[in-house]
Amino acid sequence: MTWFTEHFSDVLTLTGKHIYLAGVPLVLGLIIAIPLGWLAKRYKVLYPPLIIGTGLLYTIPSLALFILMPVLIGTRILDPINVVVAMTIYTVALLVRTVADGLGAVPESVNQSATAMGFNRVRRLFMVELPLAVPVISAGMRVAAVSNVSIVSVAAIIGVPQLGSLFTDGFRRNFADPIVVGILACILLAVTFDLVIIGVTRLITPWQRVRRAA
Amino acid sequence: MNAVLSWLSDTAHWSGEDGIPDRILEHLAYSLVAVLIAAAIAIPLGLFIGHTGRGRFAVVNAVGAARAIPSLGLLFIAVLILGPRLGGDAAFIVPCEIVLVVLAIPPILAGAYSGVEEVDPAARDAAKGMGMRGFEVLTQVELPCALPLIFSGLRSGTLQVVATATIAATAGLGGLGRFLIDGLAVRDFGQMAGGAVLVALLALAVDVVFAVVQRYAVPRGLTGRFGTRRAAGPPVTPEPALQATP
Repeated sequence: MTWFTEHFSDVLTLTGKHIYLAGVPLVLGLIIAIPLGWLAKRYKVLYPPLIIGTGLLYTIPSLALFILMPVLIGTRILDPINVVVAMTIYTVALLVRTVADGLGAVPESVNQSATAMGFNRVRRLFMVELPLAVPVISAGMRVAAVSNVSIVSVAAIIGVPQLGSLFTDGFRRNFADPIVVGILACILLAVTFDLVIIGVTRLITPWQRVRRAA
Repeated sequence: MNAVLSWLSDTAHWSGEDGIPDRILEHLAYSLVAVLIAAAIAIPLGLFIGHTGRGRFAVVNAVGAARAIPSLGLLFIAVLILGPRLGGDAAFIVPCEIVLVVLAIPPILAGAYSGVEEVDPAARDAAKGMGMRGFEVLTQVELPCALPLIFSGLRSGTLQVVATATIAATAGLGGLGRFLIDGLAVRDFGQMAGGAVLVALLALAVDVVFAVVQRYAVPRGLTGRFGTRRAAGPPVTPEPALQATP
């Protein structure tokens, strides 16, 4: 415990880096997954290859992907960008299916009403289909967010500083305190990400609350 | 890129005690042991929970929470605490195996209970109507119907184990992770990235094997291989909630 109070500011700095490395890919991944998910839903032929393809990306172990990133995108081995890109790949892999299924769950009658009201395809997607798919997409985002926080810590092995550095430091010095603090901080961060996503989802789907109250 | 290819194509790396084939077998052995132990615990437990509905709330939350635990930290703390009490090779093999089992249980458990839970209630009622007892309903109706999701869970769990076994090389475990960690230690990028390619290929191979086994192990009535009914959902990827962390 004394270790924690003495190194509080270090832990805070590492937490900041962890938030960046896990959070930015979450947003980028969502932005990339929406058009891909829409394609998979709109064109049935594309569904299996997109879902299986992204699923295969998700099978690549994180340490291997982190190490291969410089070969694939030509960066330096210690560049944090490697981690951001790798995490974005994982996020996309999880979310494409979520987005496709979320859009697919929008009732056909609602889509037809929107078309009848004069919505073109793009407006219908952004103003009708995506908002209605938010609860499903949000569930996928929560899984991705929690996984991201956990996976990012592996990047400490290749020397990218974040909360995982507490694990490698503690292990090297045969000292459990930093490892325990790191594990707790990771769990706390994952819970925070989860709560933020739940909060945002509630904010942008006011009709869900009305329905529940009624 | 060239460094990677030359490391991979060097015949010296493909033989001997610490050669690539040995490391692959080692990696598979560690993974297999962990998955078998985890499955022996999680599948019966999952079937019980799915069948009776008992303890469901606790398990659903535990499975979700387990995802948040960083595997690297768990590995290190296990080796630090258990290692000194074991000594020798067991000092890191046993704690690593324990962590691999612990990490494989949640996805396998989730697959088993959600598989049983999602069995068509009509099928369950028909079985009861035919006079089957609870245990017969479980083994003859619910279990076969739950197979697709049980396989999804096993597959997620296995991939998680293969990935975590790679990381476990930092804690002294053998397997393909050794190339990544040893290469990193001496700044041999060819060895590191070559090892990473092998790990990725191994994971993909395991995934493909699972997809094939699943296709033939699941009763034909469920997969739509009769050709008339469409299979529910895509055949390969488990749904996000069942996915483990790579």
